Amino acid sequence: MKYLRFLLPLFIFLGLVGFLFQGLFLDPKEVPSPLINKPAPAFTLEQLEKPGTTIRREDMLGQVWLLNVFASWCAACREEHPLLVEFARMKMLPIYGLNYKDERAAGMKWLATFGNPYTASLYDRDGRVGIDFGVYGVPESFLIDAKGVIRYKQIGPFTPEAIQNKLIPLVLQLKKEQGNG
Amino acid sequence: MIPEIGHFALWLALGVSLVLGVLPLWGAQRGRADWMALARPGTYGLFALVSFASACLMASFVANDFSVLYVASNSNTHLPLPYQIAGFWGGHEGSLLLWVQMLVLWMLAVALFSRHLPQPVLARILAVMGLVTVGFLLFMLLTSNPFDRLFPAPPDGRDLNPLLQDPGMVFHPPTLYMGYVGFCVAFAFAIAALIGGNLDANWARWTRPWTTVAWVFLTIGIAMGSWWAYYELGWGGWWFWDPVENASLMPWLLGTALIHSLAVTEKRGSFKNWTVLLAILAFSFSLLGTFLVRSGVLSSVHAFATDPRRGLFILAFLTVVVGASFTLFAWRAPSVGLGARFALFSKETALLANNVLFMVAAGAVLLGTLYPLILDALGLGKISVGPPYFDSVFLALMAPTIFLMGLGPMARWKETALPDLARRLRWAAGVAVVAALATGWLAGAIHLVSTLGLLMAYWIISSVAADFWERVRPEGRGLAELRRKTVQLPRALVGMMLAHLGVAAFCLGVTMVRSYEVERDVQMNRGDSTTVRGYVFTFQGVQQVAGPNYLATRAQVEVSRDGQALRTMYPEKRVYRIQQSPMTEADIAPTLTGDLYVSLGEEVEGGAWIVRVYVKPFIDWIWGGCLLMALGGLLAVSDRRYRRKASAAAGAPVPVPGPVPGPAGAAP
Repeated sequence: MKYLRFLLPLFIFLGLVGFLFQGLFLDPKEVPSPLINKPAPAFTLEQLEKPGTTIRREDMLGQVWLLNVFASWCAACREEHPLLVEFARMKMLPIYGLNYKDERAAGMKWLATFGNPYTASLYDRDGRVGIDFGVYGVPESFLIDAKGVIRYKQIGPFTPEAIQNKLIPLVLQLKKEQGNG
Repeated sequence: MIPEIGHFALWLALGVSLVLGVLPLWGAQRGRADWMALARPGTYGLFALVSFASACLMASFVANDFSVLYVASNSNTHLPLPYQIAGFWGGHEGSLLLWVQMLVLWMLAVALFSRHLPQPVLARILAVMGLVTVGFLLFMLLTSNPFDRLFPAPPDGRDLNPLLQDPGMVFHPPTLYMGYVGFCVAFAFAIAALIGGNLDANWARWTRPWTTVAWVFLTIGIAMGSWWAYYELGWGGWWFWDPVENASLMPWLLGTALIHSLAVTEKRGSFKNWTVLLAILAFSFSLLGTFLVRSGVLSSVHAFATDPRRGLFILAFLTVVVGASFTLFAWRAPSVGLGARFALFSKETALLANNVLFMVAAGAVLLGTLYPLILDALGLGKISVGPPYFDSVFLALMAPTIFLMGLGPMARWKETALPDLARRLRWAAGVAVVAALATGWLAGAIHLVSTLGLLMAYWIISSVAADFWERVRPEGRGLAELRRKTVQLPRALVGMMLAHLGVAAFCLGVTMVRSYEVERDVQMNRGDSTTVRGYVFTFQGVQQVAGPNYLATRAQVEVSRDGQALRTMYPEKRVYRIQQSPMTEADIAPTLTGDLYVSLGEEVEGGAWIVRVYVKPFIDWIWGGCLLMALGGLLAVSDRRYRRKASAAAGAPVPVPGPVPGPAGAAP
């Protein structure tokens, strides 16, 4: 037993090495959303194009949908937008826009110029709903299932690969879940 | 051709280090003097080859040879010469070569200044260091060759990262690496002693000066890095608990523990296992730091570009070196005696507590640094551990450490009577409390934490003063005797006092800055002014200035106090032409009692600018304190007993009084 005490440093060290080895295969910069697999936060927002008509979280239940945060002042959105317009043509699921901290006129003009992939756009003038969703950069997108639970978050603009390899398989899976449930 | 020759020299160096790592070690085991005799010439050869390779890389930088990938990535024809030279260690590959260069420099120093050591001991030490060199040379040659060519060669280089274009870059990395790598000497001494079975007071006496010198370098290196971050990053902070900073702090904490532990082993023969463990740990943490910085497992502002192959290599190397050392420790340590006994209240106990506290502090920093990684590895999510954790843990651990810092030097070896100690220190304690409260009152606010910080600073000062007075107090003949006694104090003792006073200065600086600094971000138009702590800062607009490889927007800020103009400050925002990254160059006016710090933020509409105006009381005391600690270390190393050893040894190469260890099997 006397010798065990002297082996302790070795054992502690080997345990540490195990973690360090695992650490080599992780990316410290990847920050997931704490909202994944949590119900989407409640919201009631006016539509961008139709002031006065509101959309609430409850209205969206029962369908798989994508919430895409955009703003007319956001350069990266401009890059992402053609992809979304094209993806919307596939009619896989409804896409809703969240016009984040923007002027109503500017947002509408932007959609008129670059195309409108959205079923409807929510107008989040003061960014409060964005904050509830944990938006820290635009664009961001949330995939929400029929029960109103956030299942996936895309940080930054979608890339063709992200749509092909992550979004589409997940949408198909969610639709299947919905069918079974 | 130069890069190819340099590359070739590195391969030759690998060969030499292999020979150096194997033959003398074996010779020492077998008692073969001819093999052991290879250690010193082998070291000279290794040093020459690595230095030659470094010179080749340096030459490629100075000659702007952009056909070398590493030069093309870290230099530019318009880069000023000092930064071209610093470009040498501006990236992963070159800084690795710097690591090895420092290692062979330490080896050369050991080979030159340790002639008095018994041959088997010296052979083992140099062989162990040779083996470490093998690992690093392999790492460089297999995954990170600084001499890789680039075809076709670009017309110009990508320039040195603008953050690194600063005088700090010229001095900070070499100093820091000297410290990091220097712990390899203590490590090699420990491993040699474990193999030879001669862990004794002699071993501690030999190790001490080397450890202290390495610690001095590390202290200065960390302080320079902190100062550099303070004036270069433009946020006015001086320590961020960034993983890479922590990677340098952990070896420092362990090195500090080691220095104190070695004192006990040398003087009393106790703590041998403890000391040898600390010697292994200090260097292991240097290696761990290398892994953390170069593998990309943690995100940090300092991290080098990452490559999983590199991470895997260092991790394997780390596992071999540290694993082998701990195995050796587990095998040999149980047979090492305990040394002289001591009572519960004694200098030994105080130093043991110091060791434990420093070790726990290093462990806490390690835990905080690796916690995000461990949680992530266990699939428990991503978190970051920030300053709140480190600050509170550190304060909690350093407060008792500093309390002991007052007691330890005055306690007696073996056994000390508590009432006697209390009596000798009662004035010091009283003075410290009064001074702490008075300072808080003068500064305008008495808070709990700031009072505690000030109390720690004054406690150190007053207890050092009490210790000093006790040692030099004249008995009768007045001033002449005082002077004689002062001059006769051993330098090691004065060094210790100085280093402890450095800690006091450090505590004072940290406390004053944290409690009484004022930071203000204001939007200013031309002619606007703002008043901070009685200083009036007036913004006089901006102008464009061109530097050698950048364009700058330079603001002019007039500072006055009580209607009297004090100085004009010129904070800048620079855009470096090649890398196009904006850099903030703060302007800082240092004074003994604090800094005025002005940095330029963003331009806002209407030609106004965001200007950050900070007043940082006593901040320079933080680095001044570190400098005092380092000076104390240097003074301790210059103590007469080490010099006597060296001069006595210079004449007679072999026999030295003291136990000469048997070649093998001296310990079971």
